[in-house]
Amino acid sequence: MSAQPNVATEAWPQSYGDEAQPRMGFFTDTSVCIGCKACEVACKEWNQVPEDGLLFTAQSYDNTGGLGADTWRHVAFIEQDRPLRVGDGDGEDGDAFRWLMSSDVCKHCTHSACLDVCPTGAIIRTELGTVVVQEDVCNGCGYCVPACPFGVLDKREIEDDGRVWKCTLCYDRTREGITPACAQACPTESIQYGPLDELRERAGARLDKVVADGFAGARLYGEDPNDGVGGFGAFFLLLDEPEVYGLPPHPVDTTHDLPEMWRSAAVAAGALAVGVAACLLGGRR
Amino acid sequence: MTIGRSVRELISAWPVLHQRDGDRGALGSAARSERSRTLRPRTAEPDRVVRSVCPYCAVGCGQRVYVQEGKVTQIEGDPDSPISRGRLCPKGAASRGYVTSPLREYRVKYRRPFGTDWEELALDQAMDMIADRIIAARKDTWEDKDSEGRTLHRSMGVANLGGATLDNEENYTIKKLMTALGFPQVENQARI
Amino acid sequence: MPGLGTSFGRGGATTFQQDLQNSDCIVIMGSNMAECHPVGYQWVMEARERGARVIHIDPRYTRTSATATDYVRIRAGSDIAFLGGIINYILENGREFRDYVVHYTNAPVIVDEGFQDTEELDGFFSGWQDAKSNYDNTTWQYAGMSVQGSAGQREMGANQGEAAGHGGHGASLNHGEPPEEDPTLEHPRCVFQLLRRHYARYTPEFVEQICGVPRDRFRMVAKALCDNSGRERTSAFCYAVGWTQHTVGVQYIRAAAIVQLLLGNIGRPGGGILALRGHASIQGSTDIPTLYNILPGYIPMPHAHAHDDLGQFIEMNSAASGFWRNMGAYTVSMLKAWWGAHATAENDFCFDYLPRITGDHSIYQTVLAMLDGAVKGMIVVGENPAVGSANSGLHRKAMAKLDWLVVRDLVEIETAAFWYDSPEVRRGELRTEDIGTEVFFLPASAHTEKDGSFTNTQRLLQWHHRAVEPEGDCRSELWFYYHLGRIIREKLEGSEDERDRPVLELQWHYPTSGEAEEPSADAVLREINGTGPDGGALSAYLELKDDGSTACGCWIYCGCYADEVNQPARRKPASEQTWVAPEWGWAWPANRRIIYNRASADPDGKPWSERKRYVWWDEKEGQWTGEDVPDFQPDKRPDYVPPDGARAQDAIKGNHPFIMQADGRGWLFVPSGIVDGPLPTHYEPHESPFTNRLYDQRGNPARQIFERPGNHTQPTDGEPGSDRFPFVMTSYRLTEHHTAGGMSRFVPYLSELQPEMFCEVSPELAAERSLVNGGWATVATERAAIEARVLVTDRMRPLRVDGRLVHQVGLPYHWGSRGLARGGSANDLFPIVLDPNVHIQEVKAATCDIRPGRSPRGAVS
Repeated sequence: MSAQPNVATEAWPQSYGDEAQPRMGFFTDTSVCIGCKACEVACKEWNQVPEDGLLFTAQSYDNTGGLGADTWRHVAFIEQDRPLRVGDGDGEDGDAFRWLMSSDVCKHCTHSACLDVCPTGAIIRTELGTVVVQEDVCNGCGYCVPACPFGVLDKREIEDDGRVWKCTLCYDRTREGITPACAQACPTESIQYGPLDELRERAGARLDKVVADGFAGARLYGEDPNDGVGGFGAFFLLLDEPEVYGLPPHPVDTTHDLPEMWRSAAVAAGALAVGVAACLLGGRR
Repeated sequence: MTIGRSVRELISAWPVLHQRDGDRGALGSAARSERSRTLRPRTAEPDRVVRSVCPYCAVGCGQRVYVQEGKVTQIEGDPDSPISRGRLCPKGAASRGYVTSPLREYRVKYRRPFGTDWEELALDQAMDMIADRIIAARKDTWEDKDSEGRTLHRSMGVANLGGATLDNEENYTIKKLMTALGFPQVENQARI
Repeated sequence: MPGLGTSFGRGGATTFQQDLQNSDCIVIMGSNMAECHPVGYQWVMEARERGARVIHIDPRYTRTSATATDYVRIRAGSDIAFLGGIINYILENGREFRDYVVHYTNAPVIVDEGFQDTEELDGFFSGWQDAKSNYDNTTWQYAGMSVQGSAGQREMGANQGEAAGHGGHGASLNHGEPPEEDPTLEHPRCVFQLLRRHYARYTPEFVEQICGVPRDRFRMVAKALCDNSGRERTSAFCYAVGWTQHTVGVQYIRAAAIVQLLLGNIGRPGGGILALRGHASIQGSTDIPTLYNILPGYIPMPHAHAHDDLGQFIEMNSAASGFWRNMGAYTVSMLKAWWGAHATAENDFCFDYLPRITGDHSIYQTVLAMLDGAVKGMIVVGENPAVGSANSGLHRKAMAKLDWLVVRDLVEIETAAFWYDSPEVRRGELRTEDIGTEVFFLPASAHTEKDGSFTNTQRLLQWHHRAVEPEGDCRSELWFYYHLGRIIREKLEGSEDERDRPVLELQWHYPTSGEAEEPSADAVLREINGTGPDGGALSAYLELKDDGSTACGCWIYCGCYADEVNQPARRKPASEQTWVAPEWGWAWPANRRIIYNRASADPDGKPWSERKRYVWWDEKEGQWTGEDVPDFQPDKRPDYVPPDGARAQDAIKGNHPFIMQADGRGWLFVPSGIVDGPLPTHYEPHESPFTNRLYDQRGNPARQIFERPGNHTQPTDGEPGSDRFPFVMTSYRLTEHHTAGGMSRFVPYLSELQPEMFCEVSPELAAERSLVNGGWATVATERAAIEARVLVTDRMRPLRVDGRLVHQVGLPYHWGSRGLARGGSANDLFPIVLDPNVHIQEVKAATCDIRPGRSPRGAVS
């Protein structure tokens, strides 16, 4: 099939030929998130991800902590002494307050560093354009863990598993046209699933509405194909800077500079070879 | 299958050959394992899918219960429901975890008066013992009439509590039986 | 439920969740809808996206507040002051929907000249009887006639001897109207003017003083409601137990009912009052009640002092007009369903087989009777009172006094383990070896292991199908009670004792199947629906007769098995129906989704506006039509005037939508049915740091107090010792857990989301009491002390009330000693003090102290 504008990747769609499907992704609209964590539970139920700790963190209502091998959807809670909408009075009693909530997930990057560095071929780009760690191939080497600019990848310690696990964008469901578990469960459709180009269009219109409705600080995060990872397959509408949500403001594919680095290394090696040769040859006199 | 054919199949499955077919970097189709290539959702061919209703709050979300070999393999929202549109909250989404909880009980447990431990008890015997106690309590505390001769026809010696998590048919049966036995103290969470 | 029942005619939500998408303004108060009804909340979000105002009024800033358009912080326990303020605002600014109010409410009706308001009697209405701690409502009646309420007191039974005597008989309507009324609403004793005088002092300044809500913020809410009501726009209220769990809980609901009637929002799309109930079938468990004071369909239980025979019972509890006139048919049909051929006209259809109540026999009374050794045994099914009841520690101690206890649940909840695993045992107050209670724990079937129907918050019955067989000893409650009854009957067979005849003659045969002999839930549903003389399933409660020819387990559910079809099992996909989706499940009454929907049309039967069309009169067809089943006799003309001597539904005029009411009108003023007053009045909670600024009478005079060891009341403002417990305390749910925890703290994926009991405090309170975020605190009252982790948050803030700052402590109530997520039980802290109408406990506002550190291990108090 022909590539959809701006959603092509290194191995999709071309490596799949007729088997390629439209590139699918998530648009997580945090302006309607109610922080219920249905996404966390639905994901765990479908994917049989283990319960990973009964720990009271005292960090607002977030006892999950962050994404990891045993948490593939994580709801962040940020309490701010700022009004929800531009122009909302600070309140006669100084009551300006808002509570941001956002369901974080693997970004399924267009330029996916984890995919690039995996030495075993465990991590692949699927026929839907998503990034998946194949649990039957992964040997737990962990090379991918530091490669991810978001810190999504993680080795599973429970039961000495050792492999790396992360969101599969419900590969088993989506390749048969079934909505991923988190998107299906989400009571307010904060998590939307669909063809990535459609989602990007929808997100643009949604941002316009949210801004017109007065939500302060609204912006899209990861929707731009020209960003450091080529745009996310799972992108967001946030109501403040990414850092507020614990997300990197300018994520870059950590293998982005590899070709340049190899070229530099090659040039250096070449220069070294020339220098050595010059020494050996010149040393005859 | 001849040896020649199986060797040919083995070779043709060799990922490096797939790289030649448009996946140079072996980041896509060539790198897919057999498992990935043939992956299906575990609810693909259930023995049956049963329509249910979430047991938690009173929104009444629709649920689809997937069954395989006599076990519940998945519970998720029912997109046909006009109320819930296929969605579930964390509790409804955890329904399978609830009905298959590792802490679920499957045997009758009995504690004798002043006992310090649970003991085993057969279900039939438990039912018999409970019936005896109800009859005895009723007999001991029966009030035919009050001090002014007005009909009471009741016993305040037995109480029944619960109902908000039960089916209508169960609540009906409870009220019918308890009332016929003369026990007015039938109550549930509506007060609580 | 009497709040809605006495105001409109039926004790249930007036609308359905999907209808919220049509609202122009939604007020969520006494509810944390996004957290407690998340999937229902999607319809609020739909409205918000269409530009509706969503106003959340709550003591805490919650996940609902975060997605609302406006959040207003209010002191817990002061909502009637706020709602009264809205009533005052509407009346003083002339914002009422006049046409609706004049024709559809009892605003024009003139009340008895003996009536005196709380403004005249310093906090009491006329008729207070100090010796009985209740009211005689004779002076609350309409001038020239007495009316029976559609709900409330008719169900209560308590003290009914005198009061019930005023219902039913007495003058009936005069061509559909009460004898004295003033459609200009000027007469000094008409309901409209009584309302004005009663709420005259509920000014914005008063609201600020009592509720801690700045006056301009209050005005913003009042204006938003008024601007979004009328012909073209409608507003809705959503409430839950944040309103009902007070000693004036029923009056809270009544206050909202008054607001919605004045604004003309009842029975209209996007309007109404959505009661958000908390359990899968709690609505069903009040309709087909496992409650002491009512029989199926809200028929009262007979009272020893009032109802000697069936005739007297029917006479006293029915009304001359409205559908309650047919109470005889509903009652006799139920008796026929229970006693079959044994029930004949000669023996009053076995009416005498019904046990009599003599007062309040609600669970809290039972618990006190248990403490006094009067109760031998108790069966607890799918409930966890050791964690869920007010003063839960007292409940645990009460269970230790039983001879025997049966607990049925999926997991070993605290109620089953109280004898070895409880705070009392841990601190040595009780010793296992000294507890004589014999305990049977029987494992129960899950919802996936049985057939049956739930009735959800919008009166909708939905059938769930059995997916798998239960394992081991697990059985459904239907199995348990059916076979228990069978075994008891076998043991009593041949008995000559009169007392055994009701259970021996009971209709007690349902088909069973499978090895376990599971009774057919479908057969039970059919019995609930009812059958006619030919044994065929009935279609509507209008078919019920009082001559013994029909049988019906629950008259309001008649129709759920119409045409021999299990209507609750219908599942026509939403995509194949209108937005009202009438073919998904079945709602009572008669599958109506918005009730009182005649009110969506004007007195002439035309929609108030095109934008808000719902049900209207089709002159050509000669019947009512529209988006829903009309809640009206289909062919009754809008201009119908009842002739002389008309009875029952025929006595209701064509322009009176509230057909269950004796006068067909929505009641702003409730002459009978509510025991603590015809109008809601602000009183302070039983435990409060404040005196009542309105009256000397501080709290609801009729509230039920049970002063006894273990249930002492704390001193209040002005009394010595009141500074011991200076903070307002409130309890609530979180999204991640469910009620008393039996269904969530034993589930790994839910337990890890909220693993420990915690309290929520403001930074100011934390500073004052040296509490550290993530640390421990001990919360204490007269009743108990519990420990909790500390969450310091700006979502909690002190309020300025009555000139001083007050702190609030927030306590989720899910935790107990068992399961995966364990912690202290908030309900240990609260006293048992009840609303006098429904005997519900006040756990939304009380007082406490809080100190840093874990709680001491020794016995408390």
